[in-house]
Amino acid sequence: MFGPFDFGVIIHNLPYLFKVGMTFTLTLTALAIVLGVFFGTLLAMMRLSSFKALSLFATGYINLMRSVPLVLVIFWFYFLVPYIGAWIIGASQPVQVGAFMSSVITFSMFEAAYYAEIMRAGIQSVPRGQVWAGYALGLNYWQTMAKIVLPQAFRNMLPILLTQTIIMFQDTSLVYVLSVTDFLGAASKIAERDGRFVEMYVFAALVYFVVCIAGSFLVRRLQRRIAIVR
Amino acid sequence: MNYHWNWKIFWQLTPEGTGTYLHTLLVGLMWTLATALAAWIIALVLGAIVGVIRTTPSKWAARLGNGYVELFRNIPLLVQMFLWYFVFPEFLPKAMGDAIKQMPPPWASFVPAVLCLGTFTAARVAEQVRAGIQALPRGQQMAGTALGLTLPQTYRYVLLPVAFRIILPPLTSEFLNIIKNSSVALTIGVIELTAAARAMQEFSFQVFEAFTAATIIYVVVNVGVVFAMRWLEKRVAVPGFIGPAVQGGGH
Amino acid sequence: MKKFRIPLLLAALAFIAAPALAQDTGTLKKVKDTGTITIGYREASIPFSYLDQNQKPVGYAMDICYKVVDAVKQKLNMPNLKVALTAVTPSTRIPLMANGTIDLECGSTTNNAERKQQVDFGMTYFVIKYRFVAKKASKLDTIADLKGQTVVSTAGTTDIKALNELNTADKMGINILSANDHAAAFLMVETGRAKAFLMDDILLYGLVANSKNPADFHISSASLGVEPYSLMLRKDDPEFKKVVDDAMTKLYKSGEIETIYHKWFLSKIPPKGINLDFPISDSLKRVFANPTDSPDPNVYK
Repeated sequence: MFGPFDFGVIIHNLPYLFKVGMTFTLTLTALAIVLGVFFGTLLAMMRLSSFKALSLFATGYINLMRSVPLVLVIFWFYFLVPYIGAWIIGASQPVQVGAFMSSVITFSMFEAAYYAEIMRAGIQSVPRGQVWAGYALGLNYWQTMAKIVLPQAFRNMLPILLTQTIIMFQDTSLVYVLSVTDFLGAASKIAERDGRFVEMYVFAALVYFVVCIAGSFLVRRLQRRIAIVR
Repeated sequence: MNYHWNWKIFWQLTPEGTGTYLHTLLVGLMWTLATALAAWIIALVLGAIVGVIRTTPSKWAARLGNGYVELFRNIPLLVQMFLWYFVFPEFLPKAMGDAIKQMPPPWASFVPAVLCLGTFTAARVAEQVRAGIQALPRGQQMAGTALGLTLPQTYRYVLLPVAFRIILPPLTSEFLNIIKNSSVALTIGVIELTAAARAMQEFSFQVFEAFTAATIIYVVVNVGVVFAMRWLEKRVAVPGFIGPAVQGGGH
Repeated sequence: MKKFRIPLLLAALAFIAAPALAQDTGTLKKVKDTGTITIGYREASIPFSYLDQNQKPVGYAMDICYKVVDAVKQKLNMPNLKVALTAVTPSTRIPLMANGTIDLECGSTTNNAERKQQVDFGMTYFVIKYRFVAKKASKLDTIADLKGQTVVSTAGTTDIKALNELNTADKMGINILSANDHAAAFLMVETGRAKAFLMDDILLYGLVANSKNPADFHISSASLGVEPYSLMLRKDDPEFKKVVDDAMTKLYKSGEIETIYHKWFLSKIPPKGINLDFPISDSLKRVFANPTDSPDPNVYK
């Protein structure tokens, strides 16, 4: 009923799909990796901390985030972050947080829970003796972590961190529920406007597939290289 | 501009007049569980088949299995959802496509959602099944052959019973994932728990109450599943075997 | 410990019900402090607020909004005030207004008493009736024809609520579907997933006119209720509301509104250059003569 496959609609809209949509998706993914790994590492350290309160808090946070769907978390943060912002800086009214910033915060905080578990495994993969050696050398906790444990933890976990990142790249498409123009959002806007959803959704699937398959291919190569070094 | 908390909202009637908001959420939970369970059956059966053929000696069967896993793992779930819902019926003969599209709600969105989640999760289950089988000592398969069992018999009586037991923990987390992932079905109109919370927010304007309730329900379901599976794991555990460490991220 | 503060705070707040989160000091102050006013727009509310061929939001409500923004600029004496645009859907617009993500919503939002408890509205700028669109071939025209049919509407609208009420009150046995936004809902009728789409009549005219085969569709002659549209703003902000109301009243009294109306309802509009040919209704004429922000449908009958 929609006639033959129309490549024209894809070609015609390429600039919009990539300049607007893909740029959003990639920027969001990049920022969320950096912040997600940062907070994830902190959470992992907290979870392994001998401070009961810290460890309990981190465990609670990680388990909570891991037991609710991302879609729900996206809604939560989009509506709640402005209030949290106001509360943190003590402002009298909700702080204005745009759709993009809100998405960045959502994905960073949500992925942090997943990165935290990976980093915890990474930290635990470093023999305890090295930590004691660090202390024996007179290094404090932060120095031991920064100079001895974390570099190794990162290297050991790199392939898994990257695999998780590919998954996150796919998951950013869920910002669709907020009517944000990420890559899929751009595709669906054109699909709905022109009634060309067969073309647009097949094309979107193809683009995600190519990017992710290339990504996982690189991860596998990296995994082999690391395996040799060790 | 203060946020007006109103926790009594759950006992108020919805505009449909058919029940309270709490009732709406519970109906949503029911659809979440129905979607997840129906999809889980597909995922287990299909995942076991794909996982098994990836470990068989046949090269082309293994390639086919690998191709399936790569295809379904490298396209975002939401895009797959749209493909099943919007695109798939257009590729069928017109009468069949129309018949699918015109199924009375909620089936017209429930069926694609279940197929989508089932085939998506099957790829992940397949990965676990493959890892489980490969974690078994090679001698087991040889023993099967030595006993005169055919290849299918070896899988059926020797490899799979143990493999499934040792991959129970990763399967548990896949089952938890399918429950969470069923929320993506709201984009094609399944009124599952997250959608019910969103609908409650639209009608009652009590955003945070609605989402808090949904969050609590998800956590409770999660904890319930974890405990049930732990019990099952203990019952079927094979002494001396622990689960293989298949690292797959996921949500 | 200090480093943990932000994640701690973030997470702690997410689960503790913090009452009375913020005190309003007014949109005007906020706009002045940030140098930016944020407009919420819609993607497919033709011709009020929708994306044109360049994916830029345009429309009748957008034009009115820009007039209001001009008034804000003047009031604050900030000629270089920045205008930020954020897409909203029917289900996100009210929470986003409450949490300060948008300052002014320029879409196709019904002003009713219930919503007025959460947000506020400027002067009415359009009056609609609920109707439904269906394929001509399905021969649906009266409300009774919907009995037992699959009908779609947009999540978060007053229309889907009306549909639900109709179902309960008259035992219609309608299968109700909800879609994310108008374009998606219309697509359901176009692809045969739903028999009819119940929506504000003017939006239906816009969607049909912009569809691939407008001749395939029929908009019901039967209608349900009457409802006024207005710009949405935050509640309890009399200062800002006054600026909005005054700007709109000036627009109406000066007759400038008729030019804007003509541009969107009686001339060719983007993206396809279609003319909706929808003359000013009598009730809207009365509103332009005597501007009102009443949420009461009876005022407009």
